[in-house]
Amino acid sequence: MALISDGRFIEDAWRRLADEEALPKTGKFIVSLPRLEHAVEVLGPTATFGVIVPNTTEPSALIAALPRLDLISIAFPAFADGRGFSLARLLRRAEFKGELRASGRLVADQYPHAIGCGFDTIEIPDDLADRQDEEQWRAALNAYSMSYQRGYAGRGSILEARRKAVRS
Amino acid sequence: MTAVDLRVAQRPNAPMTTYRYDEYDAAFVSERVAEFREQVNRRLSGALTEEEFRPFRLMNGLYLQLHAYMLRVAIPYGTLTARQMRRLADIADKWDKGYGHFTTRQNLQYNWPKLVDTPDILESLADVEMHAIQTSGNCIRNVTADHFAGVAPDEIEDPRPTAEFLRQWSSLHSEFSFLPRKFKIAVTGAAHDRAAILVHDIGLRIVKNDTGEIGYQVVVGGGLGRSPFIGKVVGDFVPREDLLAFLEAILRVYNRFGRRDNKYKARVKILVHEKGIDEIRAAVEAEFAAMDRSAFAHDPEEFERIAAFFAPPPYESLPATSALLRAAKLETPAFANFVDVNVGAHKIPGYAIVTVSLKPIGGVPGDATSAQMRVLADASERFGFGELRVSHEQNIILPHVKQDDLFALWSMLDAAGLATANAGLVSDIISCPGLDYCSLATARSIPIAQAISKRFSDMSRQRRIGKLGVKISGCINACGHHHVGAIGILGLEKKGQESYQITLGGDPTFSASIGEILGPGVTAEQVPDVVEHLVDYYLAEREEGEAFIDTWRRIGHARFKDVLRREGEDGADI
Repeated sequence: MALISDGRFIEDAWRRLADEEALPKTGKFIVSLPRLEHAVEVLGPTATFGVIVPNTTEPSALIAALPRLDLISIAFPAFADGRGFSLARLLRRAEFKGELRASGRLVADQYPHAIGCGFDTIEIPDDLADRQDEEQWRAALNAYSMSYQRGYAGRGSILEARRKAVRS
Repeated sequence: MTAVDLRVAQRPNAPMTTYRYDEYDAAFVSERVAEFREQVNRRLSGALTEEEFRPFRLMNGLYLQLHAYMLRVAIPYGTLTARQMRRLADIADKWDKGYGHFTTRQNLQYNWPKLVDTPDILESLADVEMHAIQTSGNCIRNVTADHFAGVAPDEIEDPRPTAEFLRQWSSLHSEFSFLPRKFKIAVTGAAHDRAAILVHDIGLRIVKNDTGEIGYQVVVGGGLGRSPFIGKVVGDFVPREDLLAFLEAILRVYNRFGRRDNKYKARVKILVHEKGIDEIRAAVEAEFAAMDRSAFAHDPEEFERIAAFFAPPPYESLPATSALLRAAKLETPAFANFVDVNVGAHKIPGYAIVTVSLKPIGGVPGDATSAQMRVLADASERFGFGELRVSHEQNIILPHVKQDDLFALWSMLDAAGLATANAGLVSDIISCPGLDYCSLATARSIPIAQAISKRFSDMSRQRRIGKLGVKISGCINACGHHHVGAIGILGLEKKGQESYQITLGGDPTFSASIGEILGPGVTAEQVPDVVEHLVDYYLAEREEGEAFIDTWRRIGHARFKDVLRREGEDGADI
């Protein structure tokens, strides 16, 4: 797997735990959604852990755990399945402040969409990373100077810019 | 200074006809072209697989047809300038086969572009403030509107500022570009629906409440395709300041809960149908209530800025009727017929709305050659403030023509083969491209339209028949809107043969209804006979002032079914 952050391929500091693996005492690790409740229960307040969730997850299922989570990874079962974008928005709306990660076969061209919806990092399989190198991801990030929507992260809003121009 | 004055001051020579890009719009569209150019390069280099490239080329209007790529250019809310029309003609000559096809959703399709040329075509479009963004793909499509916007006497408000507002909001939306399926929005501001809003994913009807405030009736879940549905009201009166937030709520509900397991059940109409409108309304209202609406806080200045572009052109003060027109009609019967059929009432005294039919007898519905496009551009400049419209009936509208100028305009159109006086008549047929172009088609559509058109080539007979919507689709995806044709024709394939199913009673307006099946399918050759017999039966049964659909509604489907049955007894193998 390759991890993209701020337009660069970086080392992943997080480890995805297999379901049969015991919860470690230290380090950054990611559990599956069925193990989340247990993890929250047994891990101390200083543990650093995250969860990977399907894109059909109801945000309400995560609300109680949000303050404890340092990362939420949303699985994209197919790159054109846009449910994860809405889920990311809803988690940011619920004031999740940790790392939001999109995991799946996302293509570089979707990077601005992901950033706009509140994702920080993208995790893609190696074969995809081989075809779509860092340069393509960075280009995608810089493809547009501004966006028409308001209230989405990343690029500046055209509506805001127009408003400022009128008032200045 | 008003917004209009400001704009005139800034762009003294700009036509007053439609939205003009500012620096932000221009940058956005040009960045889109640059991005697509790179995407094409990356497809060719193998960085993108065809599967990965597909949604991005679709969102740039490039669609793979039966024989070649097709490029679908957006004509937002159907409005374009003479300069833009000329550019469409130039592109047809330079990169296509000298013609284009106007579609039912206010787009223009080029049927033969090469993949490697499309970035240049898009650049050429961007140069005249046009694009092909989101004319295909599982995203919010080109927003359409009443083609008589701003000139219809029955209008509460011009729907185009709303449509432009939504065009911008929906362009490359971070969250809603990978929806379960395509998503079409149409807007009307009139008492009579010419934008078919009840058969769109979202239909917006501009309404005024008791206190005189302008708002929107929001309809969701309409659509044609293989499962036709009439849209249902999800918001009875959504104030303008809440419109974007309300739409965002609908789209979020759809993006999360629309079906993705089966593409034929993925449209919002299926979600509405399966969950019921009450559950959908509750979900939308809950989402709307939970949203941070400050991000959507209505920006009246921005709305006014956009609305100013659609300010009325500088009309002259004229008498309500024209003596010149009256005299010319008496002198030239062909012109009189054109005026009676293709010319509509304008809200300003002394002006008229002219429909230029792209349905010549025996022609391909919606096709225009580059030469015809240039004639239309010239005509709009000479007679109509340089403004043109595209209707969802696949015709071109000149929205502000002085009645005094009608004869000169008609003469110019007639010389270019553009004066067919059949707007709204039986030969003004909506047709999809069908098996001649489309890889989804199961039967031919265009030749059927041509055969019906030829059968009714006697124009006086057409006028006697009156308003009659014939709509033809070459497969169940229903791009030819057959479900809402008073006479609908659906081309299917049965045991290797084309078979045409006829439906009656469809209506795309506020009195919307889906057509009912007449009987077993008929062959391509029989279609004109069946249509003719149905029309003759209507003529025999109709009462004073009744259109075909009125008679059908009054006497009932069963009586018309007998026509087809008798047809079968005449020896036809139906």
